[in-house]
Amino acid sequence: MAKGLTKSFKRALWVYHCNSGSCNGCDIEIIAALCPRYDVERFGIRLVGTPRHADVLLVTGPVTRQMEDKVKRIYEQMPDPKAVICVGNCGNTGDVFYESYNLVGPINQILPVDVHVIGCPPRPEAIINAVAKAWVKLETLEAKK
Amino acid sequence: MSEEAITKTSYHIPVGPIHPALKEPVYFEFELSGEKIIDVNVKLGHVHRGVEWASRKRNPIQVLYLAERICGICSYCHPAAFTLAVENACDIEVPERADYLRVVQAELERICSHILWAGVAAHEIGFDTVLYFTWQIREKALDLTEFLTGNRVTKGIMTIGGIRRDITPDMLPRIKRDMQFFKDNFEKLRHIFLDDKTVKMRSQNAGILTKDDAIKLCAVGPTTRASGVKKDVRTGESYFAYGDLDVKCITPKDLTGTVNGDVYDRIIQRLLEVKQSIELIEQCIDEMPAGDIVSEPKIPKLMNQIKKIEGEGVGRHEAPRGEVIHYVKFDGKSENPYTWKVRAPTYNNILPWIPMLKGEQIADIPIVAASTDPCMSCTNRVAIVKDSKRYELTKEQLHKLSVEKTRRLMK
Repeated sequence: MAKGLTKSFKRALWVYHCNSGSCNGCDIEIIAALCPRYDVERFGIRLVGTPRHADVLLVTGPVTRQMEDKVKRIYEQMPDPKAVICVGNCGNTGDVFYESYNLVGPINQILPVDVHVIGCPPRPEAIINAVAKAWVKLETLEAKK
Repeated sequence: MSEEAITKTSYHIPVGPIHPALKEPVYFEFELSGEKIIDVNVKLGHVHRGVEWASRKRNPIQVLYLAERICGICSYCHPAAFTLAVENACDIEVPERADYLRVVQAELERICSHILWAGVAAHEIGFDTVLYFTWQIREKALDLTEFLTGNRVTKGIMTIGGIRRDITPDMLPRIKRDMQFFKDNFEKLRHIFLDDKTVKMRSQNAGILTKDDAIKLCAVGPTTRASGVKKDVRTGESYFAYGDLDVKCITPKDLTGTVNGDVYDRIIQRLLEVKQSIELIEQCIDEMPAGDIVSEPKIPKLMNQIKKIEGEGVGRHEAPRGEVIHYVKFDGKSENPYTWKVRAPTYNNILPWIPMLKGEQIADIPIVAASTDPCMSCTNRVAIVKDSKRYELTKEQLHKLSVEKTRRLMK
């Protein structure tokens, strides 16, 4: 359980997953987190099909030049309050692609990232922990109202 | 009331690059008349990360880890093909035991990848129960991968001249137990996919790829074998330990007696291949000879050896999605590759989408597209990005590029 999270969650958390040029490694680990072994749906965490329904944005990949404007647009389409989680080393630092000519990342130069998840790819446990941390941010924002 | 003549015009639907039905960024433009697809256009290049370019600044051992990150699902076959290319260029002998260990890893990746695909295919036709069921089996395969390599997804097990981890006798019972688990669950999967009415309704006679088209468009892997073309690198070329093992090229004909080349056949094909992989792993474990697992454990010595090489090499490997080809050239001045070229299987399997999707309904797009098991992050290696402008690759251009590349490789 992440620190600062109340025992009963005020709301279910809907997540939108955006691949900004990732190698699929993080993406399959995100799906693995939804599947029976980890089963995040029991906490009310769901992957949704459109950013307009989402509370949390999961971004994977180092953001290629072609995807830059699309990632920004997805972020703008999300309703407030929102949180951004950057999953995987390449989104955080560039990782093995750091010197590439076609990257505009790391993601924190494009979007305000709230939680960084490192690992290449991170384990599903780490991704779930990150989503729980984003939850804390959203709950804190709610409490301030 | 005057009756105006209503002219029917076709309309365009853009799908992607970010779309709930797509797991990876790729852009399609469908031309439709009513519900029917008239034409399809594919645009690539959203996942281009300049991997081949980056390789020119790194030594072959570093490139291995770059190759691994071409695609997270094919994280064994790219380093494998790259290693084969380097070994081909530098005439490096691989110990026999390492060859067998490499087959174990390759077949384990095939099991993971095909089971993952079965789940995605089930999800595309709205059968989510099967998605969860297959992914539960896949977790078991990932556990075994972690047990053997230390990682779940990016394995980091390949090295030039061998493999990095041995399978010790105390690991064998666990591998055998897991293989038995896959066999038991394989029967369940077979029952779900081959006898279920829903799966049959959606997949039979959908997305047909004829044998002629498969040959003409150079489809590879399960996609082409499901159309009845016997094309498999494992039988066509002797690499790793496949020459010693009992591996034969299977088509859906072995089970059903006929080949239709539809989505259903591609499902059968992949299921048969999972079974084949389980048998191959068991065979490897039984027949594995004792000995070293790497020919030259000292990397600086290996780098010095590669530094002096002036020449080129080609590595071909049968990845879960089909044949992957890596080409490497060394100039004799530096240990870094002078050129590195990757041809991923999805590159070939995108063109068959056009005959598959033409005449189908919009609702069939996801399952037909998914039936070739596309992998965009592999494919985007070939997209052209110049002066930060995106160049559109039409099917003719793509085909031309493909032909040119084959010619280049033949030289």
